Amino acid sequence: MSFDIVVGISLAYVLVLFVVAFAAERRARRGRLGWLRSPLVYTLSLSIYCTAWTFYGAVGYAVRSGLEFLTIYLGPTLLMVGWWWLLRKLVRIGRNQRITSIADLISSRYGKSASLGGLVTGIAVLGTTPYIALQLQSVTLSFGVFADTPVGWDTPDQWLVTAWVAIGLTVFTVLFGTRNLDANERHHGVVTAIAVEAVVKLVALLAVGVFVVWGIAGGIGETMARIDASPISQVPVDGSRWFTLIFLSGAAFLCLPRMFQVMVVENDDERHLSTASWAFPLYLAAINIFVLPIAVIGLDLLPAGSNPDLFVLTVPLAMNQDWLAMLVFLGGFSAATSMVIVAAIALSTMVSNHVVIPIWMWVRRGLGGAPGDVRGLVLMSRRLSIAAVLALGYFYHQVSGGGAALAAMGLISFCGVVQVLPALVGGLFWRGATRIGALAGTICGFAVWVYCLLLPSIGADVVMSAEMLANGPGGIGWLTPQALFGVPGLDPVVHCILWSMLINTLVFCVGSLASFPGPLERLQGAQFVNVFEDGANPRGWNEGAVESEDLLVMAQRILGAREAQNLFLEEARAQGKGGYLPDNTPDFLERLERELSGSVGAAAAHAMVEQIMTGSSVSVRDLMALADETAQIMEYSSQLEAKSRELERTARQLRLANEKLTALSVQKDAFLSQISHELRTPMTSIRAFSEILMSGEALSPDEQAHYSGVIHDEALRLTRLLDALLDLSVLEDGRAQLAEQDAVLRDLIDRAILSTTSLSSNTVFEIRRDEPSEKIVLRTDVDRLSQVFINLVANARKYCDAEKPRLDIRVSRAQGELTIDFVDNGSGIPAASQQLIFEKFARLSTASAVDGAGLGLAICREIMVRLGGSVAYLPGQGGAAFRVSLPVAEAVRAA
Amino acid sequence: MSERTKPLFLARQSYRRRRLIDACRLVPLFGALVMLIPLLWTEPGSGSLAVRGLFLFAAWGLLVVLSAGLARLLAITPEGSGRGAEAADRQVTPGGGDVL
Repeated sequence: MSFDIVVGISLAYVLVLFVVAFAAERRARRGRLGWLRSPLVYTLSLSIYCTAWTFYGAVGYAVRSGLEFLTIYLGPTLLMVGWWWLLRKLVRIGRNQRITSIADLISSRYGKSASLGGLVTGIAVLGTTPYIALQLQSVTLSFGVFADTPVGWDTPDQWLVTAWVAIGLTVFTVLFGTRNLDANERHHGVVTAIAVEAVVKLVALLAVGVFVVWGIAGGIGETMARIDASPISQVPVDGSRWFTLIFLSGAAFLCLPRMFQVMVVENDDERHLSTASWAFPLYLAAINIFVLPIAVIGLDLLPAGSNPDLFVLTVPLAMNQDWLAMLVFLGGFSAATSMVIVAAIALSTMVSNHVVIPIWMWVRRGLGGAPGDVRGLVLMSRRLSIAAVLALGYFYHQVSGGGAALAAMGLISFCGVVQVLPALVGGLFWRGATRIGALAGTICGFAVWVYCLLLPSIGADVVMSAEMLANGPGGIGWLTPQALFGVPGLDPVVHCILWSMLINTLVFCVGSLASFPGPLERLQGAQFVNVFEDGANPRGWNEGAVESEDLLVMAQRILGAREAQNLFLEEARAQGKGGYLPDNTPDFLERLERELSGSVGAAAAHAMVEQIMTGSSVSVRDLMALADETAQIMEYSSQLEAKSRELERTARQLRLANEKLTALSVQKDAFLSQISHELRTPMTSIRAFSEILMSGEALSPDEQAHYSGVIHDEALRLTRLLDALLDLSVLEDGRAQLAEQDAVLRDLIDRAILSTTSLSSNTVFEIRRDEPSEKIVLRTDVDRLSQVFINLVANARKYCDAEKPRLDIRVSRAQGELTIDFVDNGSGIPAASQQLIFEKFARLSTASAVDGAGLGLAICREIMVRLGGSVAYLPGQGGAAFRVSLPVAEAVRAA
Repeated sequence: MSERTKPLFLARQSYRRRRLIDACRLVPLFGALVMLIPLLWTEPGSGSLAVRGLFLFAAWGLLVVLSAGLARLLAITPEGSGRGAEAADRQVTPGGGDVL
């Protein structure tokens, strides 16, 4: 078949694709979606996973590594049949949040972070460019097969073909990929064309397979025999690679920008996913089922040294099946172009939304004012990005020179792209995942990938010296790029995935645990993780006095005049209003933001609405300020609370003091009346008897003696009373001089008992003491201490109301203190009075019958304070009990 | 936050649906186990490559059939009253919503 015919047919095929895309687009615009939205189309669009790398490369891979080529498809298969775990959530979030790309998803999840969006975009561009180059190469190579001299093709011609393919793809992608600004809207034309291409590549591979098995080998049995006889059967399965590649391909299926584009962004209906969950694995199995036979037959049939990557094409050609070869060529062409188109759309959306718009917004910020005409800018930046992405792929192809180096790039790009995985999956399932963690983890993983896989793969002595590759930088063994941490002997891909994923995930987790997410981040996190929980959208805008007109102006610039007006009209109608300006309800603002985010990405849309709303809405910053204020108020109120508690305490103390004062005042009154009574009684008798004496009546000497005796006694009583008052006043003023001298405690107690004996001569008063314990020599003011003892013993004698009154005197020494307890067996002192008995003038009402001015205990207390000790009432002893304590330094020497 | 009152037991239909979802979740685990069998085939030339290839494709087919059957059953099993699937999801992550 001549080269011209091949070119002609290819052009015709491309034309058909344009027509299909155009027709689908028209159908969709008329609203007759029908089969355009069927799960079948969705499933077929997923097949862009199978690029030219699959179409041609799988056979080559099988020749080199046996069954291992299947791992690339087993990962996605497991992910698809396990859709309920992950993909379902991903698609739901994508639809709910109007996600436009994987960069947008991650940026949105982590608080609409522009830095994360940019980072993911960068990784995606870096990881996809070699892949696009690979597709261009495959098309060029397959053209070359039809040219007269496949191997010795003129380089300029080759370049020309590649360039034309790249230009054609750019035109197609720009035409159908940037038709509508809303990247979140489905590209029905592109998706339909891709579905057609998916069918073509599957049919082509199946046709070759059937031809090989039944046309060449002669049946299934023979084919199996030839497989077992081929050298491929001697290739063992590498366990670590098998496991790693299944993981890697599954992860890449999630993270590849083009897969995200068709699976999430272009998804029309969540139920399609459930169909795709089995239909896509079926497609993958079908496309791979004949790979091994083709590889084996190719090895048998073609001369040694033929490129196994082209067996799919060269086997039919060798058997002179030109039309079959042509079909295969179209299949390979389809595989390559569909991948490039979708990848270019996905990348251009990302570059435009996460690089161009943020930079533009940043530049505009200095100028101030509402956003200008974004629509034109976004469309233009997206178109230019498409062209740039393809140009990048083209130049990469030219620079790398094609060949085996390029083929190896497939897996290497996979490894780079999957560095997004921890941030992605963590963001979907863990609310604690934060922007800092995601940024740090992704950057670390990416760095490990560059260091361990990308740079070494370019070859020794290009970026890294052979010396460094062998022994590590500067001879540091554990930093050797392909044997990190002294783990040598691993396959480079396995090695890179192991370390990059470990470090990435670890840094992501630690970073997330250690950092604190911003408010928007937390809201978004909750929305993503709990996407299946129904409930109001919590990130809402506040209803305010924003001019709807401003919003309409902005929306028109971004969405286009008609679309924006329709949106506003529809909303106004839904609110029951006429005209184009609905109320700015939070629901409406949220919907508007979502619509905008479909065009320019969540972060930019949020920023734009925020720019207009700054006057009236509660921005996140406002919220944070508000939260700060609230915190301050709370702190202030807690301080107030503390103060009020303190005041309460003081008030309580004052109340107690007041009660005490009142009681004292009552006591004083009582005392005054008592003292006047005490003074008046003797005075009355003195006056009366002295009047009798003065009357000059004849009195017997006896009578005279009696009367003057009475006067004398009463005068003595008055003197005692006045002495006591004087004594107390001296003690209280601290004017009393202490005359210290040595004395034995026993003598002091003896004296006290002796001098009080007269008080209760009518009753038997038993005193129990332990004389040996009293043999203590004291150095103290003996008279004063005796006075205390006398007072206490006298009190016991006077007030003890027991039938058989008894007084226990117990002496003990402990902890540097000498204590002498005076315990009687009377009814004791009621608790209410215990506080008062040591006060001046205190007299318990029950004891008023007994004489005394109520100064005794007050004097005792003053004396003991002067002596450095104390006297206190000892409750709970069965009767009245007083404890006299003296510091033991005063009582060192035992007698 | 307030725990919405969830019924302890479900109507027959919702119960059936939840078990179907459980099955859906189990399929990939089963698939992963089967697809790791080749880890045992590390000896070069120890068995027939063709038979091994057929085994893998048979397992692949089984996954497709299982998955298709479950998807079909899920589609025809009504969600029961209200938010069947969502409720099932909520049950798997208890308290996932309200804290933090």
